[in-house]
Amino acid sequence: MDLKNITLISFGYFEEGFLEKVAGTINHELLYPVIIKEGHIDITEFYDPGRRQYNGNKLLKEVDELYASDSNKTIGLFNVDLFIPILTYIFGQAFLSGRSGIASLYRLGNERYGMDSDERLVVERFKKEVIHELGHTMGLIHCHIPNCVMRSSTYVEDIDLKTASLCSKCRSEINTNRLS
Amino acid sequence: MGKKISILIVDDEESVRDSLYNWFIEDGYRVEVAENANRALSMLESDSFDIILADIKMPGMDGLEMLRRIKILKSESIVIVMTAFATVDTAVQALKDGAFDYVTKPFDPDDLSHLIRNASKQISLSDENETLRTKVLTLENVEDLIGKSEPMKRVLRDIENVAQSSSSVVITGESGTGKELVARAIHSNSSRKFFPLVSVHCGALTESLLESELFGHEKGAFTGAMYNRKGRFEMADNGTIFLDEIATISMKMQIDLLRVLETKKFTRVGGNKEISSDFRVICATNRDLKSMVEKAAFREDLFYRLNVVNIFVPPLRERIEDIPLLVDYFIKKYCLSMNKPPLTIDSSALKRLEEFNFPGNVRELENMIERAIVVGNGKKIALKDLPLEKTIISSTIESLDDLEKSHIFQILNKYSWNISRAAKALKVDRVTLYNKISKYGLKPKE
Repeated sequence: MDLKNITLISFGYFEEGFLEKVAGTINHELLYPVIIKEGHIDITEFYDPGRRQYNGNKLLKEVDELYASDSNKTIGLFNVDLFIPILTYIFGQAFLSGRSGIASLYRLGNERYGMDSDERLVVERFKKEVIHELGHTMGLIHCHIPNCVMRSSTYVEDIDLKTASLCSKCRSEINTNRLS
Repeated sequence: MGKKISILIVDDEESVRDSLYNWFIEDGYRVEVAENANRALSMLESDSFDIILADIKMPGMDGLEMLRRIKILKSESIVIVMTAFATVDTAVQALKDGAFDYVTKPFDPDDLSHLIRNASKQISLSDENETLRTKVLTLENVEDLIGKSEPMKRVLRDIENVAQSSSSVVITGESGTGKELVARAIHSNSSRKFFPLVSVHCGALTESLLESELFGHEKGAFTGAMYNRKGRFEMADNGTIFLDEIATISMKMQIDLLRVLETKKFTRVGGNKEISSDFRVICATNRDLKSMVEKAAFREDLFYRLNVVNIFVPPLRERIEDIPLLVDYFIKKYCLSMNKPPLTIDSSALKRLEEFNFPGNVRELENMIERAIVVGNGKKIALKDLPLEKTIISSTIESLDDLEKSHIFQILNKYSWNISRAAKALKVDRVTLYNKISKYGLKPKE
């Protein structure tokens, strides 16, 4: 089915105007209308007291089941510390060529790493993370081109090294996937 | 990424399998999962995986036992073991059993990326080595070793067998058979090929000069030693040293050489600093070293140290069927270097070459062909262009310069030292002929 739009669903508190900035960049980069919605999940069900983190696998499944549709690419936006069983943390994850993904703001702030807060940087990092997960839902795997948004980022400074844009190879792949 | 790397995840926890599956799929790997060791082993029977990421603690067969079985089944597989309960003992045991790495769950995303990157690097290195090994089987840089005869095929097989080892080699054979070419081919097909092949013609140097050549010297070590100089052993570090005419070295030099071969350490002449060098030694001789040992003319211990592998290069008369190939090769080689159109050879001339004894072997044949191209009419090499009747020349003259000198002298005498006529006969201009006369110091009374 043809993709009609991209839906960002917020689960938690985001500063006023924050998600609009993110949506604007996504629209500019991926050329789909971006809808912002508010979601309601009792995330305490996904809390792992042993790790004091939220289970990203279960949250992704929940978002997919409750909010995703075939004509949309849906990204659930959180502000909690996400993990998957094998990894100590994740910034986000998505179903490859699927309908949905999740991303969290929690580990993107400088203050978490003992540095001065930088709101502009947080917005930039979050934009990149959301576009990255959307790229996975559109069938893109990690890219080796250093400034491509699809490059894998395993720590926060990694995100700063790439841009919010797709490289030409990833862009042409999305276009091919779109036509097929 | 060139080849798509495949990963098999073995873990009894579904959430771990799913997490790793999703992570690696996003990275572009081919990923399969197995919920226990038995399932993984049966998958490995029908499919191959570059990396196996396995949990240690699983019901039934545990990860360590599975690791041991995988290493028997497919020793080249890279197995990374994971556990939530790390102990030093299990880590040591896993590594002893051949695990590539050992990680404790959960791990940082960055650590996981590093781990897989390292494993991938190892895989590409193994692939590269495999490619290199395959390449060596088709020998490189052996174009000069011409011949399809059985004795030459044996030489090529010997080169192939010995090239990849670091064993010392003694190449034996008559003068002019191509022993140095064999040494070059061994070096070019060995893992040392990116480092120098250093040749030393032992027979051409006096004992003291040879000592200085081989070991180098310090400034002021002897009269004329104005600078420090590296010796050939030092220059051959990581490469190969080729000692030609090894049978000619003195007894004292034999002792020095033995010591260097045993320790790979030496000092420069006049120096006191010990120098190490990792070289492979290849020697050549036209003498029978074994009989020299029996006559106490060559040290037995040095003989055995050098003669780990022996390659015999056959004389040309024992591989007559290679003569047409060699002739063709030398004609092309010299016509190209002299900027002449390719010549052919008269069948009667070729027949006579095949009947000739060639005491000087391939070198003598090469010189004959070069000379024939120089003196011939430029179309076809004829019997008259080959000095086959003048066997005295072939037995006393070896170098092309000697041949050229002798030929020019004959022509000059033939034309009573009339330079213009002699130059015309030689098909060179008068200036060239004067230069040759001057070069060889030729005089009418000679």
